[in-house]
Parts: sequence; structure tokens; C-alpha cells
Amino acid sequence: MRQQPGRAWGLAAPLKVLAHRVGLIALLAVATGLVVLGKVDAVIVERGRAMIIDMATPMLEVVAQPISSVKSVMLVVDGWVHMRDENLALHQENERLRVWQTTARRLAAENRAYREMLRVRPDPATRFVTARVIAEGGGPFVRTLVIDAGAQSGVAPGQVAITGAGVVGRVIAAGQHSARLLAITDLNSRLPAVIEGGRARAIVEGDNSAMPRLSYLAPGVKAQAGDRLVTSGSGGLFPPGLPIGAVEIVDGVPRIHPWVRFDKLDFVRIVAYDPTAAVAPIPDPVTPSLAPLPSTAPATEPAPAVAPVPPAAAGPAPAPAPLSLDTADDAADETER
Amino acid sequence: MTESWPRRLMASLTLLVPPLIGLICVVIGVAPSGVAGLGVAGPALTLMLVYFWTIFQPHLLPPPAVFIIGFVQDVLTGAPIGLGTLVLLAVQQFVLRERRVFTARTFVIAWFGFAVVALIATTAMWTLVVLYQWRLIDPGPFASQLLLSVLLYPAASWLFGQVVRLLTHLETV
Repeated sequence: MRQQPGRAWGLAAPLKVLAHRVGLIALLAVATGLVVLGKVDAVIVERGRAMIIDMATPMLEVVAQPISSVKSVMLVVDGWVHMRDENLALHQENERLRVWQTTARRLAAENRAYREMLRVRPDPATRFVTARVIAEGGGPFVRTLVIDAGAQSGVAPGQVAITGAGVVGRVIAAGQHSARLLAITDLNSRLPAVIEGGRARAIVEGDNSAMPRLSYLAPGVKAQAGDRLVTSGSGGLFPPGLPIGAVEIVDGVPRIHPWVRFDKLDFVRIVAYDPTAAVAPIPDPVTPSLAPLPSTAPATEPAPAVAPVPPAAAGPAPAPAPLSLDTADDAADETER
Repeated sequence: MTESWPRRLMASLTLLVPPLIGLICVVIGVAPSGVAGLGVAGPALTLMLVYFWTIFQPHLLPPPAVFIIGFVQDVLTGAPIGLGTLVLLAVQQFVLRERRVFTARTFVIAWFGFAVVALIATTAMWTLVVLYQWRLIDPGPFASQLLLSVLLYPAASWLFGQVVRLLTHLETV
């Protein structure tokens, strides 16, 4: 009676150890396989990742909520502490801005007149989706953010994330209810930029630090501390003219101090921008209702998946020479240079 | 004699507790604290958990549980999927093998043990990421993560200790 279980145990123990070892090796093999698969076929892996993040979204939202409240309380307290200084700074800024306002109004009017004279195509319409940041890559080597809006809200890979201050990054994967952004500070982020005023083109190259590097500056051009950078629009991933940050020289290397405070991010706006819309033909001038004024409404919708294309754009091209926004931008850059 | 079913149910429930805490650690780790915006990295909570439970209750954190925690962490942080999982599994096996060294009488030795394990794990992770990206990566954030993890280990260890106490209490009831 007593021997039987003992003998069974004597047989089972090495089996159990063996099973344990085989199981461990299998797990290590699966993990290694996933790493290799991620390198070989990133699309499949990223799709799977988006699905899992989608499932985790409700939980991430629950955890993000109190943290966001704490952050806003900290902002309020910070505001109280620095109220006097801030007030003074704001007064000074206000005075400066009032001068700028006059200049801006004059320039806007001038621009409108020039645009009409040159028959510049209106900018393609941009559509915004505002989303909350619900997770961030807390690891030491990725700078990604997860937002709580996905394909169902019209968010798609390639779209740009901005705040009121400037560019945050780009959507790299979208699930149904969530999407993942690659911040401009990430190691894999390359952002075509131009020094404001069209002085020179460059690439804002993320390296996981809080301040991305400024690389591939045209030869002979030196970036000065304080130079402002905006997106150049080349490459077609980012719309042109979005503010990025200001140049700072750190140890002799030009770096960008982003306008966006990545440590205080709460909400971001996702901009649906489709450069192919810019290649669409110029709307027929004889149908004014479908060719609205540059500043108010679009000629073509940027993303057909998001909104239907108006009949004018869907029909045959009435104008013979399509003018791309990018080429217009390039031409402007060339002349300014 | 087979055990009564409430007892077995309780046993399987306790088996779920450490992995669940691991998943909570993952979600807290990716919460938008803004730490990443400062160019640093938060503490490696899951590393602390795996180290702690492998020392005190290894039967409650088997390799499949470590795999799931590592996998979910890789997915949510945006890391290459599988890399962090490999490191966590390796840490578990290493600590398990050297368990007698780490199961020290004094906390300071266990803390020191964690610092050594965290240093090895961080170096391994950095090396793997450099190989994966085939590019030299700034070790600064890795160093900050290591430092934060070692500094916060006593607090995490105290919290995990409370859970272990509760679990052993439930197991003996």
C-alpha cells in the first residue's frame, strides 16, 4: 500500500524535472522566435501588438486617470508657486505678441493676395482627432506613447500627433480603440525639418534622449542656438510648417529643444494628413462652390477612409498641370535660399 | 487522500496572485508618468518582482508566468517583443540556481544581491538592444533605470513581503 505511491513518485520526479526543463527551453525558444520574427516580419508582430494593446486599453485608461489627475494638481500647485514670475513674464510676452499680431495680420493679408495672384492650391484639409495619452514606453530604449483612439476614430498609421506647442510624433500602429505613437525623441524617429525662414533643411534625429539631434544639415550652414525648426514636409509623412523646437548647442552638437513637453503630455491631436491629396488636380475655377477659399475649406479631403471624396476631386482632372504642395514648398525653399 | 475542493481552489487562486501582481507592475510601469519625457527610464518593477518571488516563493512564479509578464511588458512598452521576456526568464533561472546565496539572513545582502542581478540584467538588456538595433545606444537611461530600481527595491520588497505573508497565512489556514 505504501510502496506504490512511492514508486510512482520515484518515476514521476525525473519525468517532472524533464518536463520542466523541456518547458523552459520551449519558452526560451518562443521568446527568441518572437525577437527574430519582429526583425524579419515587423508587420505581423506590430499587428499582434496593436491587438493586444487594444485589449489592454480599458485597464491602461483606469491606471492613467489618477496619474493624469495628480499631474494636473501638480500643475496647479506649480502655477501658484510661480504665479508672480509667470504673471510678469506673461505681461512682457503679451506686449511682444501685440506687436506680432499687427505684423501677422498684415502678412496674412499680403499672403492671401499673393496666393490669389499665383493661384496657389489651397492646403489639403486637415482633420483632427483628440486623444488621451494612456501609456508611454517606460523602458530605457523606446519612446513610444499609446493613445486611446484608434481606427474607429479615423486614426491610421502615418498620421501626425501634435499638441498646441508642436510635433509630438507619428502614429506607427493603430488598433480599433488605441494607437501607438513614435515620439520624435525615439531612436528610430527621423523628422525632415527646415530652419524657419527656409535657411536650410535638416533631419531631426531622435536618440532616446530628451533632446533629439540635428543632422544632415546642408554643407556650409551652421545651426545657431535659438534657431526655430519646423517640419519641411519632404518625405510626405509630416505636413510642412509644424513647429518642432529650437536649436540648442550641447557639447558642440546642435540639438533640438522640443516645444512639446514630453514629461507633461496629456492630450494629443492626431492630424490626418495625406500628401497624395496635394497631388490632386486644381479644382475647376468655374465651380466656385467646390473650389472654396484657401483659408476656409478644403478642395479635397485628405483621407478617403475618413470622409468621402467630394465629386469634384473624384471626377476627371479639369486642370492640366497638377501642382503638388511638396513641390510648391520645395520651390519656395529654393527661392528663399 | 485528495484534498477538499475549497483547499484546492484556494491553492490555485494563490498561484494566480504573483503573476497578477506582475501584470499590475507592467501596467504601472507604462502609465504616462512623464518620466520618459525627461530622457530617463522608470524603475524595472517586473525585475524586482521576479527576483523577489524566485527567492521566496519560486513555486508561485513558474517560468510560464514569467514569460507572460515579460511578453505583456514587451508588447505594452513598445520594446522588441521577446527581448525583455528573454532577460526576465534568464534572471529567474540565474536566481533560482544561486538561490542559496540570495536567500540571506539579512536584508542588506538580499538588496546587494538584487543590485548585482539588476546590473547583470541591465547590461544584458543593453547588449541585446544594441545587437537588435545594430546601433550604439545611449546607456544613460539604462543607468538611470538601474539606479532607480536599486534605490526603490527596499520599498517594493516590503510591499511584496506583505503579499507573501498573506499568501503563506492563507496556505496554512
